[in-house]
Amino acid sequence: MTIDALGAILLIPAISAALLAILPGYFLTAKLNVVAALATFLTSLSLFVIEPTSGQYLLLDDLNKVFIVLTTFVGFTTSVFSASYIHHEIETGRLTPAFLRFYHAMYQILMFAMNLALIANNIGLMWVAVEVATLTTVLMVGIYRTHEALEAAWKYFILGSVGIALALFGTILVYMAARPAVGEGLDGMVWTVLVQHAAAFDPALLNVAFVFLLLGYGTKVGLAPLHAWLPDAHAEGPTPISAVLSGLLLNVALYALLRFKMMLAVNSAAIAPGPLMVTMGLISVIFAALMLYRRRDIKRMFAYSSIEHMGIIVFAFGMGGPLANFAGLLHMTMHSLTKSAIFFAVGHIAQVKGTQKIADIGGLTVTNPVLGWGLMLGVIAIVGLPPLGIFMSEFLVVSSTFSRAPWLTAILVLGIIIALGGLLLRIGVVMFGEPKGKTAPAEASYVPMFTHLALVAMAGIYLPPVLVTGFTNVAKLLG
Amino acid sequence: MSSLQFDIAHLLAGSLVLASFMLLYQDRLYALLNVYALHAGVLALSVAWQAYVQAAPHLYVTALIALVFKAIIIPVALHRIIRRLGIHREIENVIGIGLTMMAGIGLVALSMVVMLRVTPGADALAREDLAFALSVVLLGLLIMVTRRNAVSQVVGFMSLENGLVLAATGAKGMPLVVEISVAFSVLIAFIVIGIFLFRIRERFDSVDVQALDRFRGERR
Repeated sequence: MTIDALGAILLIPAISAALLAILPGYFLTAKLNVVAALATFLTSLSLFVIEPTSGQYLLLDDLNKVFIVLTTFVGFTTSVFSASYIHHEIETGRLTPAFLRFYHAMYQILMFAMNLALIANNIGLMWVAVEVATLTTVLMVGIYRTHEALEAAWKYFILGSVGIALALFGTILVYMAARPAVGEGLDGMVWTVLVQHAAAFDPALLNVAFVFLLLGYGTKVGLAPLHAWLPDAHAEGPTPISAVLSGLLLNVALYALLRFKMMLAVNSAAIAPGPLMVTMGLISVIFAALMLYRRRDIKRMFAYSSIEHMGIIVFAFGMGGPLANFAGLLHMTMHSLTKSAIFFAVGHIAQVKGTQKIADIGGLTVTNPVLGWGLMLGVIAIVGLPPLGIFMSEFLVVSSTFSRAPWLTAILVLGIIIALGGLLLRIGVVMFGEPKGKTAPAEASYVPMFTHLALVAMAGIYLPPVLVTGFTNVAKLLG
Repeated sequence: MSSLQFDIAHLLAGSLVLASFMLLYQDRLYALLNVYALHAGVLALSVAWQAYVQAAPHLYVTALIALVFKAIIIPVALHRIIRRLGIHREIENVIGIGLTMMAGIGLVALSMVVMLRVTPGADALAREDLAFALSVVLLGLLIMVTRRNAVSQVVGFMSLENGLVLAATGAKGMPLVVEISVAFSVLIAFIVIGIFLFRIRERFDSVDVQALDRFRGERR
């Protein structure tokens, strides 16, 4: 059997994980981590040139191509950031070399699991991959072994497992629903087969299955009221993991949900998944926006902002239709890029200041101008001020749904505005207030952060036609 | 399928729900673990019976995993952990046992109503199995939310996974991938939990999750 690009984006992280687990010396391993992530990214780009054929286990279509490229790209930039972040952690003694070896191996296993979840053509395999991704992040969140980190990891583990268990029950129900139409055995879990025959499935069983899947994978997306693990996991883990969690893992869970939504769309007798998703999306937006006002920890604050943005994305996909799907997809991409850039900045800032408490950080634009303005730019982007990419995607979400559901869209806009107020209020002090905390110059790698921000800024002004056609195709696919 | 075969399958799946109820009212950790071993044993029997009825030999593997791993290895290991940590005291319930049992009965009724109503087309055995499996899953969730102790939360989670295995074996012809993955995930989960318990012990003086709660929320 020859290995095509689909196999390669699984094999590269898997092999590097094994290598990183045995190689000593953090200088070398951090570099190897970057190289492996870059190789995975380049391989994923090759999917556009040579299309591997989909099989019973692996699948490639327009939808997951977008997700794969985004995942491997952010995975690569985060590994660059991680290298300089780790350097500081070793120097201050917060991490020991043994833990670092573990950390790098886990990073690649996480990449492997996320890629597998995205290209799996088997709903059972997809579930296993999401579970592996969850477990690796649990271990990484707890890596500092402080009280807070352990509590965060435990909470994440318990809530994540419950979510994952519910998702498995939903998966079993889908198989049960498919069995009369598709027959027993492997075919009953192959996604492409399921979609072909979904019209003949028992709608009642499919409905119950979707409720379980929505609750299960929704927990992983971080939708309120199932979000409780998310702020803790973001705040207490190493910052590169916060960036990957917000930027990628939430998307992967969302992707699983979208696959099942597509399946339900084929069956006209089943419930429309849209209203359920719209409701959960709106609750998340409003809830997270209100929670932003009372945050004291800077990483927790941006974690709540992630809940808000996942809410917006789920709202857009829930509304459906080519335009709203396009907007949701664009917003997801923009959010991944912006939020990870923000976490890159926040990670270095927390290292320079030696704290994550908002009250102890002040006057960043004076003490660390490059980092400060970088974060400011990220915040301007994330709250949706023009002319950056998120403004564009939020504008598209609102304009594409307003004519269909003016009241729901009004609630969404209200949530976005409340969140804007909350974030700017908090970040204003951090940026322009009295300079506080240590003022040592940062040993930071600015390239990943500014690359992301440049991409977001560019998307606000000009979207390349290739991207537009690609996203339009995916939006059509999503129905 | 003969009615005897159906009755036995029904009996075993029903016993699993009963064992879940027994987990609900245990107030000592050792007793909880013993009941969990019983729970896993009943699951093994039930899965083995399904393997026989469906003439699906690969299910015997699942039954064996349930018997050896879940009913023997895990309870023994947890026993040792509890002894090492010295926490064989009473388990604190968040709400009273009476209320918990009432809630459990409500959940079982709910899952019967939901599952039997949506699966009129499926064969009788699969329907009953799914309804019982959902009951076990929901009871597992109930155990997790009503207990404060980390070990008993883990037991709740493992009983929940037993419910999932019951559902997966009840779905006739479900690919082996899933059964193995479930067993495997329990293994991974257990390793994770082991590490966590060890660390929690290292940092705190109890494995009572309430001790963790003190650190909840924002650092001030």
